[in-house]
Amino acid sequence: MANPIARPLNKRVLLMGTCLCDAFYDDTAKATVEVLEHLGIAVEFPENQTCCGQPAFNSGDWPASRKIARHTASVFAGDLPVIVPSGSCAAMNFHGNLLQFEENPDPAITSLANRTWEVMDFIYNGLGVKTWPGKFDKPTRLAFHRSCHARGTGTGEAVRTLLASIENAEVVPFGEAEQCCGFGGTFSVTFPHISGRMGNLKLDRILEIQPDLLVGIDMSCLMHLSGLAQTQGRPVKHLHAIQVLRDTLP
Amino acid sequence: MIGTQLIDDYARNISDEKQQSVISGSAAGTNKRYQVLHKDYPDPDAIRKLAASIKDHTLHHLGDYLAKAEQALVSRGVNVHFASTDEDARQTILSILQGHGVTQLTKSKSMAAEEIHLNPFLIENGVECLESDLGEFIIQLDGDEPSHIVKPIIHKNRREIARTFQREGIAADYNDDPETITRRARVYLREKYMQAQAGITGANFVCADTGRLALITNEGNSRFGMAPVGVHIALVGIEKIIPQEKDLAVFLNLLGRSATGQQLTVYTEFINGPKSANQPDGPEHMHVVFMDNGRTDVLASNCKEILRCIRCGACQNVCPVYRQASGHAYRSTYGGPVGAVLSPILFGSRFPELADLPKASSLCGACNEVCPVDIPIPDLLLRLRDKAHRAHIHSPAAIPMSPFAVLATSPSLWRTAMTMSKAMNHLPIQVAPIKPLQDWLGQRTLPDSHGGDFRKWMKNHKPTHKP
Repeated sequence: MANPIARPLNKRVLLMGTCLCDAFYDDTAKATVEVLEHLGIAVEFPENQTCCGQPAFNSGDWPASRKIARHTASVFAGDLPVIVPSGSCAAMNFHGNLLQFEENPDPAITSLANRTWEVMDFIYNGLGVKTWPGKFDKPTRLAFHRSCHARGTGTGEAVRTLLASIENAEVVPFGEAEQCCGFGGTFSVTFPHISGRMGNLKLDRILEIQPDLLVGIDMSCLMHLSGLAQTQGRPVKHLHAIQVLRDTLP
Repeated sequence: MIGTQLIDDYARNISDEKQQSVISGSAAGTNKRYQVLHKDYPDPDAIRKLAASIKDHTLHHLGDYLAKAEQALVSRGVNVHFASTDEDARQTILSILQGHGVTQLTKSKSMAAEEIHLNPFLIENGVECLESDLGEFIIQLDGDEPSHIVKPIIHKNRREIARTFQREGIAADYNDDPETITRRARVYLREKYMQAQAGITGANFVCADTGRLALITNEGNSRFGMAPVGVHIALVGIEKIIPQEKDLAVFLNLLGRSATGQQLTVYTEFINGPKSANQPDGPEHMHVVFMDNGRTDVLASNCKEILRCIRCGACQNVCPVYRQASGHAYRSTYGGPVGAVLSPILFGSRFPELADLPKASSLCGACNEVCPVDIPIPDLLLRLRDKAHRAHIHSPAAIPMSPFAVLATSPSLWRTAMTMSKAMNHLPIQVAPIKPLQDWLGQRTLPDSHGGDFRKWMKNHKPTHKP
């Protein structure tokens, strides 16, 4: 899932809000805008954006997902960086799309791939922000779930380093960090039993370290884990890493 | 109709005992691999990528390297056979055995032999065929199937094995101490080794430059099997070729570490050919059977990278779906991530029946991350999902995506749907008569809809920064 090597930087960026933020997690998208503006970046939100197309792509319906990808590529046309508060949707842009267009490459799709950044990767590796001037009021134990689609990208190191630089924050490692939360989009619907078991194992590992806060970079994983936790009466406070950056600013 | 997938149903129904064995066995494998690999290699990715490129190069020139290997083997006095199908391979082996008058043999662990169901075939044809790998021996006693490439009995615990030994008369009483179990198997097998007239093995690698076979085990069983017999038959998939002996340095270093977390397995055998005039013992006759059995079809497909596989089982160990479902859920010789790719295409005629296997993944990519030859397994799973869709093979749990595509390419419709989704907050959706939704919501809560809220906020938002 390696992300493109050299991607453009600009003081203006396009925000791809993701369908989950559109439907449920408006505050994550807001935090993305606020943190980027804090860093001196102007953020534009193209109104006609919908979804990255991953549900159709993962289901194997590539004619349907190619349609959605073409739509997305036209909405984000141009040469500005595309910033995504999701490792999974970002990887769809720079990896999945190239795979489904491998037999008939489309310049608009390739251009979108080459301009897409997961937001934490953009801040750390793109803008070069290596420490975060934030502060928690009291010592706070953070469990960071890297999310699977950030494997092989710069996101994991970016989040770990930035979180660890926040005053009063401690990023506490937990066991079997490489394991998936079990969501996987439609996977959780068609494999409900396995998905639930995977999620519970992940939760067990996370809760073992008794974190004050579970931090992720994909609201989908956090939705799955917190949804399971809530049902089992062991709710866990959770935030996207970009929300943590915003909330800890003085 | 949306239902659940066969592998999910299988996982739901396996016993807690079996599942616990699989989970603890595979998790231990993942941990050991990680520790050993990272202890010895500051950048394990570099050696994985090197191994991948050697394999790709070989596969690209497979015909040439096979011819070279054949020539080298023949010059060392080895009889070389080519089998294009599973049936060819079985018949070739049977006729070799009959030619040498063999009625009793021992066999070390070989996935290629599992793939063509060699054991039952030979037994049907009057050849006594005993598995000498401890795990495979137990599988044979139980009439079971291996559920893992490297640890065939990962799904069993020592209590079950002790019961099997007692039942089959390998031991007089029940004893589940692992060392006792092993000693008892050893006593039984030693006698069988001495009676055998032939030994069948696989091969982990065949070096094209010299024809040398590399064979690794932890029990020394293949070596033991060679000592008293007159005939050695190695059944080898054609993708096992590597160009040169020196490439073994890369592959042996990766294989032991990836498979069992060992720097090197306990036994590494290099087999040059049949016994030479000045060797005191060893087989006088050696046969290598190169088997295609669907491999050239895989090579011609858009999933050819799977032929890089060196059968270490690291992808099975790390796979969360494999851990929950066990290898048996995959309904074929190869289970787990490698099997989900390989089985539907290697056994081409079974594609419609096995087309659901590539769906048994959350596409988490852990398999690719641990693969010693860097096979992009999630990409291959996705290509096979596309292949199934194009062939109109819809597994029971297919969710129709065309309506979603219409919604996701109609921005105004999308925005309306987002705003309207708020109505769900006031509806008792958990009682909606949709089975998968009920299943999902039975275990998880959904957050409240905030559909369209961000768009509204963004419209009224005064940027704090003006470029």
